[in-house]
Amino acid sequence: MKRPGLVSAAIVIGCILALEVACRYGFIRRSVIPAPSEIVSMLYMLLKSGTYNEAIRLTLSNIAISGLIATVLGFILGVIIHANDFLRRGVEPFLVSYYAVPTFIFYPVLVVIFGVGSAAIISIAVLMSVVAMITSTLNGLDRLPPAFPRTARVFQMSPVSTALLITLPATAPYLFTGMRLVISYSFIGVIASEFILAGEGLGYSISYTYNNFENSKMFALMLFIIVVVSVINSVLNNIDRRLKQRLQRGD
Amino acid sequence: MSIMSEAIAIAPAPEAHAPVAASLSGVTRVFGASGSGMAVHALGPIDLSLYKGEFFSVVGPSGCGKSTLLDVLAGLSKPTTGTAEFEGRAIDGVPDGVGVVFQEDASFPWLTVENNVAFGLRRAGFEAAEVERRVNYALGFMGLRDFRKAYPVQLSGGMRQRVCIARTLVLQPRLILLDEPFGALDQQTRLLMADELLRLWRETNATVFLITHSLDEAAMLSDRIGVMSARPGTIIETIETGWPKDRDSRIVSDLRFASITARMWEKLRVETMKTMVSQEGKLQ
Ligand SMILES: Nc1ncnc2c1ncn2[C@@H]1O[C@H](COP(=O)(O)OP(=O)(O)OP(=O)(O)O)[C@@H](O)[C@H]1O
Ligand SMILES: [Mg+2]
Repeated sequence: MKRPGLVSAAIVIGCILALEVACRYGFIRRSVIPAPSEIVSMLYMLLKSGTYNEAIRLTLSNIAISGLIATVLGFILGVIIHANDFLRRGVEPFLVSYYAVPTFIFYPVLVVIFGVGSAAIISIAVLMSVVAMITSTLNGLDRLPPAFPRTARVFQMSPVSTALLITLPATAPYLFTGMRLVISYSFIGVIASEFILAGEGLGYSISYTYNNFENSKMFALMLFIIVVVSVINSVLNNIDRRLKQRLQRGD
Repeated sequence: MSIMSEAIAIAPAPEAHAPVAASLSGVTRVFGASGSGMAVHALGPIDLSLYKGEFFSVVGPSGCGKSTLLDVLAGLSKPTTGTAEFEGRAIDGVPDGVGVVFQEDASFPWLTVENNVAFGLRRAGFEAAEVERRVNYALGFMGLRDFRKAYPVQLSGGMRQRVCIARTLVLQPRLILLDEPFGALDQQTRLLMADELLRLWRETNATVFLITHSLDEAAMLSDRIGVMSARPGTIIETIETGWPKDRDSRIVSDLRFASITARMWEKLRVETMKTMVSQEGKLQ
């Protein structure tokens, strides 16, 4: 681990220790935040007993499905928009200002269309994340050096092998950035939707424990989500960095 | 002036009767002609024959249409008017047997040096052993042997350009089109690379079409040199150097070398000044 990594780890550990001390000595009441050690042991118990296994499975699979749909759909739309200048000039203003609008306000509309349940939740998450993938795809295609497709033509490559062997690897770092954003937005979209309009899943479980004053369970579930997101993020960060390093031109 | 012309005129022209490898007749290229907006007349009209096995260089002021001319020869862009032929057939798309090294860095950053060099061979379906053999030879030839496992990002601009040259040469094209291939190299390396290029050209009997902005390079490497006018570029003068085929960089001390560069510069000075004046006009 490098120095900045050490510092961030120290900050996190320091905060947790401070919280632990504050809770143990009654500076913070148990009904506000339980001690970190209590949260961890609660999470361990919950996972061991399997009470929330079904909720975890459902939520993670909804995130995976919406992430997959948004990635593929966003990529295809990005390629289509890139190929069509006229379409692009019409669509670009919407893409740019898209995340200024809280997409979430449309959930009643989606509930009307898809009903309550996974379909509605997945569509909200896709709606929230697909534009990040479109934008990243456009970004990657814009930065493709013109000499690459020209080299493909000199080697008499077909459009398909040009796409697979040149365009795809050349734009991979940008596509990957898009995927990372898609995963983040899918997490937010799915869990937030479960909060509001589901009777199952992790988001629902958190809101249920909240409403029933089951504080340590609630915090244990929150901890679980944080751990999962951190692990996924650090794996993706690593891949991202490796892809970017290779693409950076040293001149 | 008259002395110079004589010196050049005395030189024999051995390639004059060789068969034609590629030819352009009445070629022009206008950008944005069909759409709205302003049309840019980038090139021509150009009439040019490249003889089989000759080394032809093009010099000309910046922006005069050299790369555009190369694109037409490569079959990468269609002339607006006129016809282009390679080995007797109209050029439509990149013909078999034509290799191109672009002005910009076109090395693939996601592949190692050796995989970059092998790329074209693999697309063309050569078997692994042959790919290996040719890649090894090219890596040695280009001084890249120690970097075969490196990625382009780890190399200097000049080395990346050598990767691109190697990637083109391994396919043993009959017509090699090179757009400022040594632009990113230092002067000494340029001279050595030039010698290597000459050696390769002798060994393979390929026809070479080289764009360069170095008058020395053109004078030393070429059988013939086409001097281009300011945009829209036309060939205002073709100089035959008359060098023997087994020349190398030592001819720079030859008396004729000086007269050839002087001749090029005499023509280019005026054209380059035109370019500068028109750019000044744009600024105001
Ligand atoms: N795709 C294009 N669309 C419009 N104009 C173009 C295009 N490509 C080139 N041009 C113009 O055509 C002219 C010739 O360009 P070209 O690249 O062939 O010049 P060049 O002689 O290779 O220049 P340099 O010495 O800088 O490499 C330039 O004025 C350029 O701006
Ligand atoms: Mg050029």
